[in-house]
Amino acid sequence: MSGIEITANALDPVHPAPVAPRAEAAPKDRPARTTGDLVKIRPARQRRGLRLPRPIRRALGPVLLLLGWYVASATGVLSANTLASPTDVLNQGWQLIKNGQLPSAIYASSQRVVIGFAIGASIAVVLALVAGLFRLGEDLVDATVGMIRTIPWVGLIPLFIIWFGIDEAPKIALVALGVAIPLYFNLYGGIRSVDPQLVEAGTTLGLGRWGQVRHIILPGALPGALVGLRYALGSAWLALVFGEQINATNGIGYLMNNAEEFFQTDVIVVCLVTYAILGLLCDLIVRILSRFLLAWRPSFEGT
Amino acid sequence: MTISDTLTAAPAAVSVKDLIREFDGRVVIGGLDLEIAPGEFVALLGHSGCGKSTLLRILAGLDTQISGDVTVPRRRAVAFQSPRLMPWKRVWRNVVLGLPGRPDRERAIRYLDEVGIAARAGAWPKTLSGGEAQRVSLARALVREPDLLLLDEPFGALDALTRVKAQQLVADLWQRHGCSVLLVTHDVEEALRLADRVLVMRDGVIAHASHVELPRPRKITDPRFVELRANLLAELGVESTH
Repeated sequence: MSGIEITANALDPVHPAPVAPRAEAAPKDRPARTTGDLVKIRPARQRRGLRLPRPIRRALGPVLLLLGWYVASATGVLSANTLASPTDVLNQGWQLIKNGQLPSAIYASSQRVVIGFAIGASIAVVLALVAGLFRLGEDLVDATVGMIRTIPWVGLIPLFIIWFGIDEAPKIALVALGVAIPLYFNLYGGIRSVDPQLVEAGTTLGLGRWGQVRHIILPGALPGALVGLRYALGSAWLALVFGEQINATNGIGYLMNNAEEFFQTDVIVVCLVTYAILGLLCDLIVRILSRFLLAWRPSFEGT
Repeated sequence: MTISDTLTAAPAAVSVKDLIREFDGRVVIGGLDLEIAPGEFVALLGHSGCGKSTLLRILAGLDTQISGDVTVPRRRAVAFQSPRLMPWKRVWRNVVLGLPGRPDRERAIRYLDEVGIAARAGAWPKTLSGGEAQRVSLARALVREPDLLLLDEPFGALDALTRVKAQQLVADLWQRHGCSVLLVTHDVEEALRLADRVLVMRDGVIAHASHVELPRPRKITDPRFVELRANLLAELGVESTH
């Protein structure tokens, strides 16, 4: 204990250790040693000048980008046919909300995402449970899903049109596929990464097969499942962007395709921003959900 | 070679005959015999890798790749070296997990109270200290009212001060519940402090048995304690400095 204290004091220039210099204590027969070059450790000083709070500094980049966009549009460097000015985009967005086009498009698109997500998530959960809980299921399912994953799913659009026509079905199928694959892999991975020691403890506590699944395996797979859910929702909106390029008669993609024909770059930007906001909203929902469902995790502080 | 020298009238709580367990051709337990009387506290010592934990896992029913006769009570409970609490269940739910019927909070609290931790019944396991978690693990074992309690180095991960308290707690709980106990440990003093009989496992069999007939609570300064400890250390191949 005291040894540690002395070392700490020796390093502290403000409170020097009350110990005698070594030379005096050293035995007489030891050769005299001259002190080498000495340097002073200077304490770090606060830099003077303008110091902005971190959030403001972080917001600076995007704000400058928007400002640059605005200036380029206002001075005519950026023509409206290339990219509408931010004020036009804001105006157009407000118009689209007022005349009800944007809300009805969001409604149509959200419906596709919800239905596609429900179908894709159901498939993913069933497959992940079969593969995660049964050896035979793993052998049959995992390799198959792994193979399907290597196909770029956007490339399946032509096939989906042939199979499902050009109505709602191919769009929903595309969303379902985009949801199912990331959710499957994360849920399956989550089930397989459950601590075998806990499963063993469950056995000694007298839990049966179903009890193990309910009390140990599923809760243990929850963190993975929630990560998968975030990926799945992101990928659902991405799939929708592609899906709505197929002969849509409503929805955000339809609005965007229409705008493309009339060079309405402001409408296109409004649609892109809408997609982004909807994606962020979904992400926020999952994060709030995680906060409640994973309160037990050591990495979560607030309960 | 039989070490069933506890010739009591009642049938043994644990009876193991000619137990063999191999891992890929390597014999870990080779023809082991063991009997534990009802209510007896047995400590099992041995070097790491000698198969003592394997034996405990077999008695717990976790390892069934065996040959030989093994009879154990139906009601058994295990406390492992790490507490193995389900992190997603609050403390009291961990205690009654696996019991039939609806989770009974009052019952959980009764047993948590017995290990002195009822105040933490509603906490998440992540908020417990190592010693607290181990006590919850003991409550979870005791709530099953086992006829055989298997303890796999349950104090191994605790600091020295907490360990002494936990040992005292186990001694009290055993006196109250009267179940048979098999304590796997590598700590000779711990074994001598707690057990009626101390076994040393070597080369896949029980190589040595000492009866500890000292009054409880036992003092490590008692000359008989010191002598037993020296004998056991010699059995384990560690020369005692006394």
